[in-house]
Amino acid sequence: MTDWPILSFVTFLPLAGVLMLLLTNENSVAGRRNILNISLFTTLAVFVLSLIVWWSFDKSNPGFQMVEKHAWLGTGISYHLGIDGISVLFVVLSAFLMPFCVLASWISVEKRLKQYMIAFLLLEVFMIGVFVSLDIVLFYVFFEAGLIPMFIIIGVWGGKDRVYASYKFFLYTLLGSVLMLLAIMAMYWQAGTTDIAELLAYQFPRQMQTWLWLAFFASFAVKMPMWPVHTWLPDAHVQAPTAGSVILAGVLLKLGGYGFLRFSLPMFPLASEYFAPFVFTLSVVAIIYTSLVAMMQSDIKKLIAYSSVAHMGYVTMGIFAANTQGVQGAIFQMLSHGIVSGALFLCVGVVYDRTHTREISAYGGLVNNMPKYAVAFMVFTMANVGLPGTSGFVGEITVLVGAFRANTWVAFFATTGVILSACYALWLYRRVIFGALDKDSLKSLLDLSGREKALLYPLIVLTIFFGVYPAPVFDATAASVDVLVNNYTAAVQAAHDVALSAK
Amino acid sequence: MTAETFLASLHLSTPEMILAVGAMVLLMIGVFLGEKSSGLVTGLAVGLLAVSGAWLIWQTGDGQAYNGAFLSDPFAKFMKVLTLVGSMVALIMSAGEARSTGIDRFEFPVLIVLATLGMMLMISANDLISVYLALELQSLALYVVAAMNRDNLRSTEAGLKYFVLGALSSGMLLYGMSLVYGFTGHTSFEGIAAALSAEGRSLGLIFGLVFILAGVAFKISAVPFHMWTPDVYEGAPTPVTAFFAAAPKVAAMAMLIRLVISPFEPIVADWQQIIVFISIASMLLGAFAAIGQKNIKRLMAYSSIGHMGYALVGLASGSMAGVRGVLIYMLVYMVMTLGTFACIMAMKRKDGNHVEEIDDLAGLSQTNPFMATVLTVMMFSLAGIPPLAGFFAKYFVFMAAIEAHLFALAIIGVLASVVGAYYYLRVIKLMWFDDAKGEFARPSGVLRLVYGLSGLFVLAYVLIGGPIGTAAEVAARTFF
Repeated sequence: MTDWPILSFVTFLPLAGVLMLLLTNENSVAGRRNILNISLFTTLAVFVLSLIVWWSFDKSNPGFQMVEKHAWLGTGISYHLGIDGISVLFVVLSAFLMPFCVLASWISVEKRLKQYMIAFLLLEVFMIGVFVSLDIVLFYVFFEAGLIPMFIIIGVWGGKDRVYASYKFFLYTLLGSVLMLLAIMAMYWQAGTTDIAELLAYQFPRQMQTWLWLAFFASFAVKMPMWPVHTWLPDAHVQAPTAGSVILAGVLLKLGGYGFLRFSLPMFPLASEYFAPFVFTLSVVAIIYTSLVAMMQSDIKKLIAYSSVAHMGYVTMGIFAANTQGVQGAIFQMLSHGIVSGALFLCVGVVYDRTHTREISAYGGLVNNMPKYAVAFMVFTMANVGLPGTSGFVGEITVLVGAFRANTWVAFFATTGVILSACYALWLYRRVIFGALDKDSLKSLLDLSGREKALLYPLIVLTIFFGVYPAPVFDATAASVDVLVNNYTAAVQAAHDVALSAK
Repeated sequence: MTAETFLASLHLSTPEMILAVGAMVLLMIGVFLGEKSSGLVTGLAVGLLAVSGAWLIWQTGDGQAYNGAFLSDPFAKFMKVLTLVGSMVALIMSAGEARSTGIDRFEFPVLIVLATLGMMLMISANDLISVYLALELQSLALYVVAAMNRDNLRSTEAGLKYFVLGALSSGMLLYGMSLVYGFTGHTSFEGIAAALSAEGRSLGLIFGLVFILAGVAFKISAVPFHMWTPDVYEGAPTPVTAFFAAAPKVAAMAMLIRLVISPFEPIVADWQQIIVFISIASMLLGAFAAIGQKNIKRLMAYSSIGHMGYALVGLASGSMAGVRGVLIYMLVYMVMTLGTFACIMAMKRKDGNHVEEIDDLAGLSQTNPFMATVLTVMMFSLAGIPPLAGFFAKYFVFMAAIEAHLFALAIIGVLASVVGAYYYLRVIKLMWFDDAKGEFARPSGVLRLVYGLSGLFVLAYVLIGGPIGTAAEVAARTFF
């Protein structure tokens, strides 16, 4: 299967959709329909391609597969693509969520639909590009380029404070990333290459690792986002249109975690070990503090946004626990959160489209006239809490096992987050779904339409499927994670041996 | 000088000769045909620049001419091509707007050709005397061009300001040159370099160096000699500003590179700290001062100050990678500037009035989506966001700074670029997030062509960057 450049196809296929969209005209009903159909068809085609990638992926091979490499710009940078067990599922996740974004925008986006869809398709190119890049400069290009469409999406189709939110999103992320860019250059002069595969094999001096780690951390911590640099996320989430929130929570937040796994941990093992307590502290603070903050929110989207920050705390904790369970769990948690939080934002979108408010106090008693919606929302709420049988449980328990092996106290405090998440999520559910249906604006609401069922039901199936049978994910990641953890342990061990023999 | 060497010199400097003789012929045509001839003269001037460029690319060899005062090498060729393209595009753009901006005179294209001639000589100058003469040829033409719309108060003010400050900087440059001559006994670049390696530097020579750099910093509008830029950019007619922002900057930067890398190469540690200071100050001022601007031409002035700072980051490293970075930067900068100014010139209301407020761009994405998209691409590129050309330009200069271990410079630079991103985002915000207040008239075909091509270049740099990088590397190798 590797004789044709399938990864390039997956990455750049949305551009074909963009070209077709440029030829359409949105000023008629038929034109609008064309735009939606083209977008849906393109994103579905990309998803099918990504499934082919997953299917032809060799699970037993821990190295990079489906590699494409060409010289680029003539200055040491190469156009180098490939996937391993860590990245393959993120490609699938990104491609999987896009059709949902198109469907979610079917009616709710009334103005400038064509530009909207073009922005989303461009975003898809950049997101998938990040996960398949095997050249660090190429990675950076995709990583940063994603800011452009997202900035426009939040700013043009967002809510009331969209301008503030889009600026904050853009400038925060850019500020974190430019330091990473300098670190990338320093790595080039030190190691003489920008190729990720070669950099993984290169051992940076200890002193330098510290600085490089910090520079990368600045970027990924903002993207993740970790407490205390998470403040852009609630603003961005609240103001973004539904599909924008889905992509933001589902994929863009995963870029940070992916970066930690791809760069920080394997390339700077000594620094990672040195800073692990620091990351644990931030993660635990994030889990407890943002859960408490989430509890007090009056805006549904903001609540889910803070809960995302808390869930990402588990991810960073698992990654820097640096054992098999921790890393496996972190990857699973990211994928599960991608589906679950995306679904939660879609749920919010469903009622927002009907009432145009996100205030929790404006709802109540929806179970009476929207039973199907109540069921769907319940499944995702439970998955968000981490109830056994949903995918949220598998991720959290695995991460916690990993954290427990690394540091008991960290695991102890992090576990309280599970309780806190139950508090805010169940309370939200009670206030929105249960109670008396006494608000006039809600009485006439209709239950899920056919389109909304098509949006939510597949996600319910996946949430429960991966909660019961997580093996497809673990199988795909196992070999690569083993190699990563073993290399990390060996590097740390070697450094300790040197330190001991020097004494 | 024998007849033979004279002929060889003439051969090497043919592109300049074409411009010099051509400018005089154009002047004659203008004088005899009168005021009505401006369109014809403009067309001929563009042709002249094109012929000169073609000769430069396909016919000119490498070597020294006129007893070493003039030098033709790959570096000079690269920069001259940039300058010629910059002048040519500016002239072409001005053609459609000449009447409405008050520069509808045949002297305008002639002066542009003369200024371009000065710039080409600056790039090739290999001797302090020829540097000065070339610089003055260019400057005198530019002073007049700035005041071209002589019935307009702001245009004449811009011309006067430019002239007074420009004369001051020329004075400083000349004073510095005399000091350098006094302390080394040479005016030729090789002679100065040889004297410096043999005898080391003296305090007087450092004074001379500082004065020379101050004079050149004025020409590239680097802090602290930038004060004229916003006023001249704002006051001069827009087609003139478009010209000022592109070609003269490229030529002055080329002159600066040759000055510090060639004669002052032995005292690299001395000029490096000056360049680092100028660079940091320009980046910071360009980033912060632009935030409060309301006029888009003033905004572009501060933006250009900042961009000169970024280009100097590469020069500060003083290495092959650094010079290559500056060359790529100047190329990309020129394309971005010309594209942006093409958009600014297209900011014309339906009644024919040009507007210059940034707020006038509000809602452009609905009234003219194509122009809005191009201008958005330009702004993101100026801010240095990948995958656009502006990112790669910054990448190469910062890369050189990291290699030279100028970490403070690099870190301040990237942080300044984040601040700078703020005001570029403001332009984008106005075009996309806000509602339209009024429509612009349909831009002329030439302007659409220019901004369309610039947008295409900025977008396609990821595909065509390889050959450009190679060309820049060949040019940079001249010095190393």
